[in-house]
Amino acid sequence: MPGEQPTNTVDPAEVAKFEAMAAEWWDPNGKFRPLHMMNPCRLEYITTQIAAHFGRDLKAERPFEGLRLLDIGCGGGLLSEPMARLGAIVVGADAAARNIPVARIHAEQQGLPIDYRNTTAEALAADGEVFDVVLNMEVIEHVADPQAFLTTCHGLLRTGGLMLCSTLNRNPKSFAMAIVGAEYVMRWLPKGTHEWQKFITPDELYDLIRKAGLEPVDRRGMVFNPITWGWSLSPRDLSVNYVTASVRR
Amino acid sequence: MEQDFDVVIAGGGLVGPALGLALAGAGLQVAVVDPAPRAERAEEGFDGRAYALAAGSQRMLAALGLWDDLAPESQPILKVVAADGRAGEGCAPWPLRFDAAEMEGGPLGFMLEDRFLYAALRGAMDRLTLIAGVAVNSQHETPAGIEVGLSDGRMLRARLLVGADGRRSGVAVRAGITRSGHDYGQTALVAAIAHERPHEGTAYQMFMSTGPLAILPLTGNRSSVVWSERSAAADAIAKLGDADFLGLLAPRFGDFLGEISLCGPRFSYPLGLTLADSYVAPRVALVGDAAHGVHPIAGQGLNMGLRDVAALAEVLVRARRLGMDIGRFEVLEQYQQWRRFDATTMGLGMDAVNRLFSNDNPILRAARDVGMGLVGAVGPLRRAFAREAAGTAGALPRLMRGQAL
Repeated sequence: MPGEQPTNTVDPAEVAKFEAMAAEWWDPNGKFRPLHMMNPCRLEYITTQIAAHFGRDLKAERPFEGLRLLDIGCGGGLLSEPMARLGAIVVGADAAARNIPVARIHAEQQGLPIDYRNTTAEALAADGEVFDVVLNMEVIEHVADPQAFLTTCHGLLRTGGLMLCSTLNRNPKSFAMAIVGAEYVMRWLPKGTHEWQKFITPDELYDLIRKAGLEPVDRRGMVFNPITWGWSLSPRDLSVNYVTASVRR
Repeated sequence: MEQDFDVVIAGGGLVGPALGLALAGAGLQVAVVDPAPRAERAEEGFDGRAYALAAGSQRMLAALGLWDDLAPESQPILKVVAADGRAGEGCAPWPLRFDAAEMEGGPLGFMLEDRFLYAALRGAMDRLTLIAGVAVNSQHETPAGIEVGLSDGRMLRARLLVGADGRRSGVAVRAGITRSGHDYGQTALVAAIAHERPHEGTAYQMFMSTGPLAILPLTGNRSSVVWSERSAAADAIAKLGDADFLGLLAPRFGDFLGEISLCGPRFSYPLGLTLADSYVAPRVALVGDAAHGVHPIAGQGLNMGLRDVAALAEVLVRARRLGMDIGRFEVLEQYQQWRRFDATTMGLGMDAVNRLFSNDNPILRAARDVGMGLVGAVGPLRRAFAREAAGTAGALPRLMRGQAL
């Protein structure tokens, strides 16, 4: 058809740049190392909650087969890829345009079909998209209006759908750990990654979730152990990082 | 890119196939690449080689579904006697005794001949892809995995390559993993002995000044002897005829089992400690002797290899069920952290024990006798020693507890 853009005119220099950025996102010793270190713990919570809610067996080959899942703030695809490997139909959304080709290239290398889009939760909701699962991990502390954002998430879930939301608690310890410790002392995160005032206590988050029309069903702490140098889930210690599960009834 | 396999394992001895079975049992696609021609070793008769399986190793073989066939061929170890000894003098005055009756959970271990264990593992290879008579001769990391080149020109794509290819691991060398260690200047002479009187399930470990002598009970009135000597002496002994060999062995052995005779061929193995400086590299993990070749004191070599298998299988299966790319660094790092400290301390510990005991200094000898008597006299300490030797201490992987993945 005249005027139609050929689909294969990708600039090789652009591709090389995105490949380098993908390598950086996925470099276990690079600047996203803290996320990679935390990922098994996040995935343990996510997979367990989805399996429990939808009655899936995690020992199956593709336990999440048929579930439509949205990963908000997908970045390089650290959560989207595992979800796709477990069989979910994944839409990865990121407002930062440059993350999308990076995530796409990496998923292609892995042979994973993931629908990455440079879009926002609000735009997806406006388009009438609905999902069985919405992942909203380490996002809410970065949005301008958490209540409006959670209401949008409610709209993105079908009835019976599950939202998983993690964030940082607001107290002197989280200030010390997440900002002074992670950003300034350990240099795990770039300075200015977090604004402590935007952190939300677990009770505040439960209130926001309820006001958005969802029912909170579970919350756990994610605790860093400096001896084993790894993260684990804790039913009691929600003092810094924590994660919640909520259902749209 | 689609992968041919989740895991390719280089090495078809005991540890490689055991790992293959553990992973295949949890649904992973596995290939074992064995340079030896198919099943050659299983067709040989008894060759004198036998293993002292720790309780954890035995539980793992049960969890892999192999123990029912192996149980009738195994000899439970009911008692261990460790003693300082000198040729012609018998045991030191206070030998250290470990008794199954003092330990919770059955025998201290099981003696099992190589021919049975090897055949059992081979017999189960239909659960995975066995590529026999072919060696791995190249490996190349890609963004999504590793390309493994075979000596017949084939190329396999996998998420992870495991080196179960022994002390001189080619997988480790190609991955740029260096090794530390040293030669003990000792050689182990291995032979199977038939004897007049029953051993009653007792294993003897005698620390002679020239190296340890282990007498390990096999089924019937037979025992496996692992006699470590200084290499020069061992080479000379290895060249002796059977009658002369027995003539030298008998006074060290003692006469508590009556008349002894050889009941299989003799073998000799030079001993050395060789520890890989890392157990993992990008898309590569090492298990067994490729990771840590230790002194065969207390029969820990195979047991440590099986602990690697149990830990690596658990880490990989867990990562797989989280949807992770199982060959990624943060997954392999979990395996390395789990195993490395344990294996290094065990390796160096056995090294220290060997150095302490392979010595005829009268002061050290007296100290050893007193030390062993003290450990022997204190029940809890003795049981802790025995539990460590039996592989039931520390954070045990599920398979070592006999649990499925």
